[in-house]
Amino acid sequence: MTSVLYDAPGPRARRRNVLLSVLFSVLLAALLWWVWQALDDKGQLKWALWQPFTTADAWNTYLLPGLWGTLKAAALSMVIALPLGAVLGIARLSDHRWVRVPVGAVVEFFRSIPVLLLMLFANELYAQSSNIASEYRPLYAVVTGLVLYNASVLAEVVRAGVLALPKGQTEAAYAIGLRKGQTMTSILLPQSVTVMLPAIVSQLVVIVKDTALGGVMISYAELLSARSTLAANYANVIQSFVVVAVIFIILNFTLTSFASWLEGRLRRGKKTTGAVLSPNDATIAGTAATGAGGGVA
Amino acid sequence: MFDFLQGYDVLGAFWMTVKLTVLSALGSLVLGTLLAAMRVSPIPLMRGFGTAYVNIVRNIPLTIIILFSSLGLADIFGVSMGASDFAVQGFRLAVLSLVVYHAAFVCEALRSGINTVPVGQAEAARAIGLGFGQTLRLIVLPQAFRAVVVPLANVLIALTKNTTVAAAIGVAEAATLMKTMMENEAQTVLIAAVFAFGFVVLTLPTGLFLGWLGKRLAVKR
Repeated sequence: MTSVLYDAPGPRARRRNVLLSVLFSVLLAALLWWVWQALDDKGQLKWALWQPFTTADAWNTYLLPGLWGTLKAAALSMVIALPLGAVLGIARLSDHRWVRVPVGAVVEFFRSIPVLLLMLFANELYAQSSNIASEYRPLYAVVTGLVLYNASVLAEVVRAGVLALPKGQTEAAYAIGLRKGQTMTSILLPQSVTVMLPAIVSQLVVIVKDTALGGVMISYAELLSARSTLAANYANVIQSFVVVAVIFIILNFTLTSFASWLEGRLRRGKKTTGAVLSPNDATIAGTAATGAGGGVA
Repeated sequence: MFDFLQGYDVLGAFWMTVKLTVLSALGSLVLGTLLAAMRVSPIPLMRGFGTAYVNIVRNIPLTIIILFSSLGLADIFGVSMGASDFAVQGFRLAVLSLVVYHAAFVCEALRSGINTVPVGQAEAARAIGLGFGQTLRLIVLPQAFRAVVVPLANVLIALTKNTTVAAAIGVAEAATLMKTMMENEAQTVLIAAVFAFGFVVLTLPTGLFLGWLGKRLAVKR
């Protein structure tokens, strides 16, 4: 194979590549052996510690309710943050200064503070000055934090997505007599959805991942807090971490696979300009254009 | 109005946040560069390893990695990171976790930077007789570095915010202090405003400066 960094290998390069492959596999095998030994030394490979995960009890009592908590918070946050982000993003593109500037300030503010701060604040605020039942308070706080933060990030994604379209699209729309609102809803947004999709999906993965913060910091009942009660019961800390991490990977992988399937479908629809929103087009947090996967925050 | 700040070391907490950010940024830059080198290398096994690392790590919550470093690595495997007291150990474990997590994103940023350089650039360089080292040094890397500034800046800003997750293992940084203060003091909104302001001060100038720099350096194509 050839890439920008190297040409198709000749005989000498091929010999060197084989040598490096062998060296690397030895290194990798040594690393795996070392990890295996470390696990064995501490008796972490005993079947008794893994066995609980094959019983219905561990799943029905701990993991499935935890997973439900994670999914509930993530789904609620997505459903609220996506439209809110779209509205904020469009408002930031407004021709009216009195709309554009305050919305821009709000978006930049919530984008620049950690989601954990928002969760802690919402939790405390709800405790002091609202009558939300205390059993629901963590859910409200987690969703509030995730919505405020991620709607702001998604607003930037929407803005960058619309700006990434060729200018001719807007001009043509005005030329055939569409109004600003019509141009946005029937020309710009439908086309930019395909452009934005990778960035939106990495942000959705961020939402799923950040629900875990609520579990640890404001005791919302989700997978990670279910893990700690499970590990306290079966005394299998390492194993429970592995299982929960795998559940998160599967969850996020399903999300990203669905999105790339959807993207392929939308692209085949030919209603696109073929543009993809790369991280360089705007200061967005996602890792668009680098394939399916979670964003960083 | 700001009497409630008495008796709390807010600046100290933010100093801890800065220390976590700087050390983790340096660490993840090193590990991320290593991973990126693997992901673009001609050796399939290395490429596979890099891809697997990135895809696993970026789909796991940072919270899990940080908690595991404390409850798993330290408590069960006895990894104390050469620290004798608990606070230092927590700090080092937090840095380790932040490095492991953000290296995956640094790797992706670097790789996307390399991918923005058209293959024709390297082909043209080889056509005029430049060797591998010359091609990399004079043609590919200068263009890749310029394209990488903005994505790397995004990772740095995210890292600054993600240091708050270290609160999960009790590292005495901003979010930990905010939680304590909110439990003890009545001025919830003011406390939140102080800490939010701190993070705005930390992240906004970085973002504006590096965004400006990225735009200035961008290769016009």
